[in-house]
Amino acid sequence: MATLHTRSLARVMVAPSVVLLFIWMAVPLVMTLYFSFLRYELLQPGPTPFAGFSNYYYFVTDPSFWDAIVNTISLVVGTLVITVVGGTLFGLMLDQPFWGQGIVRILVISPFFVLPTVAALVWKNMLMHPVYGIFAWIAHLFGAQPIDWFAEVPLLSVTLIVAWQWLPFATLILLTALQSLSEEQKEAAEMDGASVLSIFWYITLPHLARAITVVILIETIFLLTVFAEILVTTNGGPGDATTNIAFLVYAQALLQFDVGGASAGGIIAVILANIVAVFLVRMIGKNLEA
Amino acid sequence: MARRVTPQRKALFTILGWLFGLVMFFPILWTIMTSFKSEGDAIASPPLLFFHWTMENYTEVQSRSDYFLHFGNSVAISFGSVILGLIIAVPAAWAMAFAPAKRTKDLLMWMLSTKMMPPVGVLVPIYLIYRDWGLLDTVGGLIGLMTMANLPIIVWMLYTYFKEIPVDILEAARMDGASLGKEILYVLTPMAVPGIASTLLLNIILAWNEAFWTLNLTAAKAAPLSAFIASYSSPEGLFWAKLSAASTLAIAPILILGWFSQKQLVRGLTFGAVK
Amino acid sequence: MGSIVLKQVNKSFGQAVVIPSIDLEIKHGEFVVFVGPSGCGKSTLLRLIAGLEDTSSGIISIDGVDATRLPPAQRGLAMVFQSYALYPHMSVYKNIAFPLKMAGADQAAIDKKVQDAARVLNLTAYLDRKPRQLSGGQRQRVAIGRAIVREPKAFLFDEPLSNLDAALRVNMRLEITELHQALKTTMIYVTHDQVEAMTMADKIVVLRAGYVEQVGSPLELYRSPRNLFVAGFIGSPQMNFVEGAEAAKHGAKTMGIRPEHLQVSRTEGAWKGKVGIAEHLGSDTFLHITVDGVGSIKARVEGEFGLTHGDTAFLTPDPGKIHRFDGEGLALK
Repeated sequence: MATLHTRSLARVMVAPSVVLLFIWMAVPLVMTLYFSFLRYELLQPGPTPFAGFSNYYYFVTDPSFWDAIVNTISLVVGTLVITVVGGTLFGLMLDQPFWGQGIVRILVISPFFVLPTVAALVWKNMLMHPVYGIFAWIAHLFGAQPIDWFAEVPLLSVTLIVAWQWLPFATLILLTALQSLSEEQKEAAEMDGASVLSIFWYITLPHLARAITVVILIETIFLLTVFAEILVTTNGGPGDATTNIAFLVYAQALLQFDVGGASAGGIIAVILANIVAVFLVRMIGKNLEA
Repeated sequence: MARRVTPQRKALFTILGWLFGLVMFFPILWTIMTSFKSEGDAIASPPLLFFHWTMENYTEVQSRSDYFLHFGNSVAISFGSVILGLIIAVPAAWAMAFAPAKRTKDLLMWMLSTKMMPPVGVLVPIYLIYRDWGLLDTVGGLIGLMTMANLPIIVWMLYTYFKEIPVDILEAARMDGASLGKEILYVLTPMAVPGIASTLLLNIILAWNEAFWTLNLTAAKAAPLSAFIASYSSPEGLFWAKLSAASTLAIAPILILGWFSQKQLVRGLTFGAVK
Repeated sequence: MGSIVLKQVNKSFGQAVVIPSIDLEIKHGEFVVFVGPSGCGKSTLLRLIAGLEDTSSGIISIDGVDATRLPPAQRGLAMVFQSYALYPHMSVYKNIAFPLKMAGADQAAIDKKVQDAARVLNLTAYLDRKPRQLSGGQRQRVAIGRAIVREPKAFLFDEPLSNLDAALRVNMRLEITELHQALKTTMIYVTHDQVEAMTMADKIVVLRAGYVEQVGSPLELYRSPRNLFVAGFIGSPQMNFVEGAEAAKHGAKTMGIRPEHLQVSRTEGAWKGKVGIAEHLGSDTFLHITVDGVGSIKARVEGEFGLTHGDTAFLTPDPGKIHRFDGEGLALK
């Protein structure tokens, strides 16, 4: 609802954002697609002949690729389980009245603001170090043998670091959702004779369903491309143990200088992300109507 | 709401709450403490809670690796990209919120979808373009890139904030004789300041913590703190006290900004889906 | 001055035609009410006059000057919004002063006008407050104050009372009517409430689906509605409509009789029926009576009337007050 004048003005004002974003998205993507069909290696100057689907073929048949797929999924699912379950518990706890609530809230969300590279280094060196780390010391306290985290359970170690960074995000969103649950609904349920557990199961959880979906979708988008944490802790190793798709593409491009192969990997990553994005966009789109 | 909370219950949750809060915060706390230890104290076992405080790590970090250069890069990249983004996004969000056309919603959705494209998908061409245009390891190159990376979020956040301003009020200004410029200056802007401020804050945090492009496109010269810290991953990582000092310096400013923005964070990162 | 003329004004949003074509003349100093059910286009019509929407075709002239393409600011009209649309970040004083400031008036003149308006509207004590610290009625008055200080050619009101509670609504209705009598400025007032229309208007414009159904003074519309829609919309409680044999007796497809134009008796009358519900208002009683062969009829009697649920009652329509409508719903003369 507006006059013609404002509407034409509006078009002018939207244009820069749209044009810039379109260039930013379309140009590199088309180039990636183009490169993915070439035999193109940075260290070999000269012609870059058409290679058909061979880049895709080599990328997909490389055993590292399947390792990376499995690692990507494990990392995403592992982190999601920890953050959603933990976030729900933290959220419920922070929703209760207690002394120093505001400060605890700040403590809990702080990890989200820590640079990924810092988080990874601090965890790797100071917490998970097999000799001097805090975890090793705790293990000694209980008379147990310390775990050499990055040698024995490298993927779990990375997952823990990433989960620590994302748990605050899940907590904060679920807490916000909890606070919007009307007290009257809970009171009505109590009048109907529901126990604390059944209130949680039949009232609270369904109310959180939407927020949990949002957490899962948004985290998935970011977790599919976890990179810095892997680069500074394990460099994808040992072997391929912590190589995910993002890291594999990086290694192919900037360590092996195989532009064609990396591009094929990039396109595959885009396809994977799009599958998730479709759900997220639809969900937020629905919210726009409301 | 008028429910009475028993002191026992409150005490129980106080203990539980603080316990979990401290566990979550512990790695940060430990980093800050270690940064004031000598290297010897830092690796002492059992870990030292009480120790001789020293500032030498901080002076060392600056003298050995020029911390302030990287800090400056971080500030330039995060503030520069967000302010540039706001300049492009404010008019767009204004138009979409107050003069929506039939395709406005599709446009917003499309913008959102660009944010979902994984950066590795375009790493190769961006790297090559930057190499050929001499933009690798330049602050300007990263500002441009981060502007585009965060533009969808900036537009979206502003849009959801602007949407909450009743269009009636803008129309009232129009009836009262305000031109478009005055309408934006006297009516829209004062009402939108809180929204613009939180958009600014959240996106600065996101840009500050970005660690894919910064690691791949910068080296010594333009590296912001996220990339600078990564250089501690090998041998120097063994010097915990210095690593901690550098880390503390890198996270402190953004941690404080983050505490201020916790309320807006939810809205911003969920694109208004959770408020 | 403040005369407004609409010639063949048409408005469509894409394919959807909201107002097919309207001709209307509003004289200087008139209090005109646009009334109709929601979605009838009355607010759109007001916004067209205000300049907040473009006309798709047709001409709007204000004081004889073609204003169709003028932006709102240059039309010299003031508007009071349903939500009041006060500027939340400005004090009451600044809200009222805003249009003067936009017009570039000097500080002394602004101050005098704001103070005058505040005195008239009983807002002097609240000038430093922010809108959120005011009650609904006070906010309403600030919105009116902001309109008054411009000394506009006409005031436009867009359902200004719908956010107020019932008692306050009656008060504000009186205040706006008094304001009109004091200022003698043209006022155009949009509402879905026919009581507001009846009590305030010099002239009522009844709209339905973008068409003007009838234009006239409140009593004209009450006495001789042009069609079934107007007959049903104006007057409360609603007019009874009867079809079939009873209507045919009067040579009409549909006959209409208002509840207040029915004689009620226990013993004799034209129609015999059973009382369903009796609503006792004290001053009046509304009887819902199921009449054999006619249907459910609502009748109004003054004061208390000793009929209750299940009693037999007789009704006689006042012969001079019967409305007759043809097959197309148009009134028969």
